[in-house]
Amino acid sequence: MPNMSLQKNKMPVQDPNIRKNNFSEVALGYTEEQAIDEAKRCLNCKNRPCVGGCPVNIKIPDFISKVANGEFLEAYKIITEDSSLPAVCGRVCPQETQCESKCIRGIKGEPVGIGRLERFVADYCRTHKTEEITDIKKNGFKVAVIGSGPSGLACAGSLIAKGYEVTVFEALHVAGGVLSYGIPEFRLPKSIVKSEVNELIKKGVKFELNTVIGRTLTIDELQNEYHYDAIFIGSGAGLPRFMNIKGENLNGVYSANEFLTRVNLMGAFKPDSATPVQNAKNVVVFGGGNVAMDGARVARRLGANVTVLYRRTEKELPARKEEVEHAIEEGIVFKFLTNPIEIRSDENGWVNGVYCQQMKLGDPDASGRARPIPVDGGEFLVPCDCVIVAIGTSPNPLIKSTTDGLETNNHGCIIADENGATSLENVYAGGDAVTGAATVILAMGAGKTAAEEIDRILKG
Amino acid sequence: MYKILSKKILNPTVTQMEIEAPLVAKKAKAGQFIILRVNENGERIPLTVAGVNANTGAVKIIFQIVGATTGLLNLKNEGEYISDFVGPLGNPTKTEGIKKVCIVGGGVGCAIALPVAEEFKKLGAEVISIIGFRNKDLLILEDEFKACSDRLIVMTDDGSYARGGNVTVPLKELLESGERFDEIITIGPLIMMKYVVLTAKPYNVPCTVSMNPIMIDGTGMCGGCRLTVGNETKFACVDGPDFDGYLIDFDGAMKRAKTYSDFEKGRREEVCNLFNKEIK
Repeated sequence: MPNMSLQKNKMPVQDPNIRKNNFSEVALGYTEEQAIDEAKRCLNCKNRPCVGGCPVNIKIPDFISKVANGEFLEAYKIITEDSSLPAVCGRVCPQETQCESKCIRGIKGEPVGIGRLERFVADYCRTHKTEEITDIKKNGFKVAVIGSGPSGLACAGSLIAKGYEVTVFEALHVAGGVLSYGIPEFRLPKSIVKSEVNELIKKGVKFELNTVIGRTLTIDELQNEYHYDAIFIGSGAGLPRFMNIKGENLNGVYSANEFLTRVNLMGAFKPDSATPVQNAKNVVVFGGGNVAMDGARVARRLGANVTVLYRRTEKELPARKEEVEHAIEEGIVFKFLTNPIEIRSDENGWVNGVYCQQMKLGDPDASGRARPIPVDGGEFLVPCDCVIVAIGTSPNPLIKSTTDGLETNNHGCIIADENGATSLENVYAGGDAVTGAATVILAMGAGKTAAEEIDRILKG
Repeated sequence: MYKILSKKILNPTVTQMEIEAPLVAKKAKAGQFIILRVNENGERIPLTVAGVNANTGAVKIIFQIVGATTGLLNLKNEGEYISDFVGPLGNPTKTEGIKKVCIVGGGVGCAIALPVAEEFKKLGAEVISIIGFRNKDLLILEDEFKACSDRLIVMTDDGSYARGGNVTVPLKELLESGERFDEIITIGPLIMMKYVVLTAKPYNVPCTVSMNPIMIDGTGMCGGCRLTVGNETKFACVDGPDFDGYLIDFDGAMKRAKTYSDFEKGRREEVCNLFNKEIK
C-alpha cells in the first residue's frame, strides 16, 4: 500500500538561529527511514509525468521504487544513467517547477519529495558505494570541453561513458565553475562538488586547470594543433551586470560574483583566509533571484544585518520559494517595490547609503510580469556600508572575440541549435553560454544533449 | 604546480623570477598579465608579464614585496614550485602606427614598462624612456632600458642618483621644447600616472596608462577590477589593462585600491612574524 500522507516528509534542517552564524549545510538530508517512507508516497503511475518535467529525463518512478524497497545502490544506478551530478541536482534543482510540479500527488496535497530522495540516494551512495571499475573501450576520438561547470561536467561525463578521450579546460584553479565559486557552502558543500569531479577523474576525464580558452589557447588551436575531433563550449554566463547608477564603483560595492567568489571559492569566511572580504555591518542586496539570496545569506553569516531591495513584490521574486523562506528565517529583511537610484558615500569613498525610489506595480510588460513604475515623491535613503549587486550576468565575450565565425546573438549568447551545434563545424555549446543565466539542471541537460549529438556525428 | 626557474633580487624590495609556463610564454605579449597563487588556500594576485622566453617556456615576473602574498612569493627559491599560474590575461599594448613613443615608468612599474619599450624598439619606433625611483637603492633595470631606448632619462625623487625630481619634470621639458610623441605610455603608481597625464594634457599628446587594480579571476567574472573610464564602467581585466589616460577617474581608482589596506597590513605582519619564527 502506498503511503497516502498528504505531506512530504519534512526535510530536517539546522535551526535558523544557529545556522545564521555558520557555513554548514542548512538542509541535513533524510534518514533511511524517512527516505523509504517518502518513496512509498509515489504511486508509480503509468504515464510518469514527472519524467517529462526533468530536463535530463531521470527515470524517477523507477529509482523511487528501488528506494521504497531499500535498494539504494540500485536506485543510484538508475539515476546516473541520466544524470552525472545527482548529489548536486538533489540540492539545487528547482524541483517545485520541474519534476515535482507534474507529480499526481501534488493535485491533492504535496508532491512526492523527488529532489530530497535524489539527494538521499546520492549521499547514501557516496559513503556506501564499493569501487566499481568498468572498462570502457576507447573509440579513438578526442573531445575538448571548455568550462567545468554543470554543462561541461555533464557533457564530459556522458562522453567518457561512451568511450571518448575527454579533456576539460578550466580558467580557475578549481573545477566546478559556478558550483565552486557561486553556490555557497551551506547550500552545496564544496566537498560534494569535489567528489563529483573526482568521480569523473576516476573514469578517465582529464582536467586542465588554469587554462583560459581565448587566451592561453584558442578554439582554433584546439582543433588544428591539438587535433580535438569535437569541442563543447560550456563557458557559462560569468560577466556581472551592474545597474549603471551613480556610485557603483565606490568602496564597499560588490558584484554578487565578486562577493560570492571571495567567500566560496577563496574561503574568505575562514579566519585564516588569505583573501579578504569587507567586514560589513549593514549590507544591502540589489535583486531578487537565487544569486541575490545566496549573497544575502552569505553576508548574514559573516555577521551583517541584511536588507534585500526588489523592485516588484514578494509574489514576483524569481528566487526559489525555499531560498526566500530560509532567508527570512535567518533574519534577512526584504524591502519590496524598492528601486535603487543612487549609491552614496562618505568623504573617503566608502558606501554609506542607497537612495531608493518607491515603486508600484503597473501593467504587465513583455515578460508578462507587472511592470514596476515609480511612485511620485516616494524617495528615501537606506543606510548601509556595503552593497551587493545581484541583478544578473551576461556570457563572457572572451571566446566569441577570439573565435572567427562563432555566431552569437545580440545578448552575446552563442547561437546553438537544439542539439548544441554552433555555426562552426564540430564546435558545440550549451548551458548559460547559450541561454544566458539559467539553472544548473538546464545546463546539465544541454551538456548531455550535446554529448549525444557529438557521438552521433563523430560515429557517423 | 609551476616551477621557479630562476630568482634574482633586483633591490631590497623588488624581486625577479622566471616561472615555467610554456603555454603562457608562447602567447604573452607586452602589456598582458598573469594571475598566480603561491600555495593552496593562497590569494590570487595579478602581476604583469615582464618578459618571456618561448624556447625555455619561461615567463618573467618582477614584483615588489608589498603585501602578504608577495612576501610569501619572495620566500620561494629557484627550483621550488608555486600552486597556480594562469595567463596571459588582458589585452596587449597597442603598438600600431606609433613611430615615436615616450615611456614613463615609476618604481616597480618600470618592470612592466620595459617589455613595452623593448617591443617598440623591435618594431623600429624611436623610444624615449623616463624612469623614476624614490632613491638610488630602489633603482632597477637601468641597463636594460639603456639597451632599448634611443634616449634614457633616469630620475630619483631625492637626487641620490642621476637627476633629482620626479618624472614629470623632464617630460614637461621635452614637451615644452617642442618634442612630439605619437604616444606617451605611463606605468607606475596611480598618483604618478595621474600627474603624467596632467603634464601631457596641454600638449595634446595621446597618453596611455596601464592600470593594475584589485582583481580575483582576471577573466571578467568578478568585476572587482572595475574602473570609471569616461563615465563608463570598464573591467581592467578584459577591457584593459591599458586605457586612455585622459578618461580615467584616478581619484576613484586610488580610493578603490585602498579597500583592503587594513586587512593587508595585518596579513603582512602575520607573514613577517611567521618568517621570523622560521629563521629563529
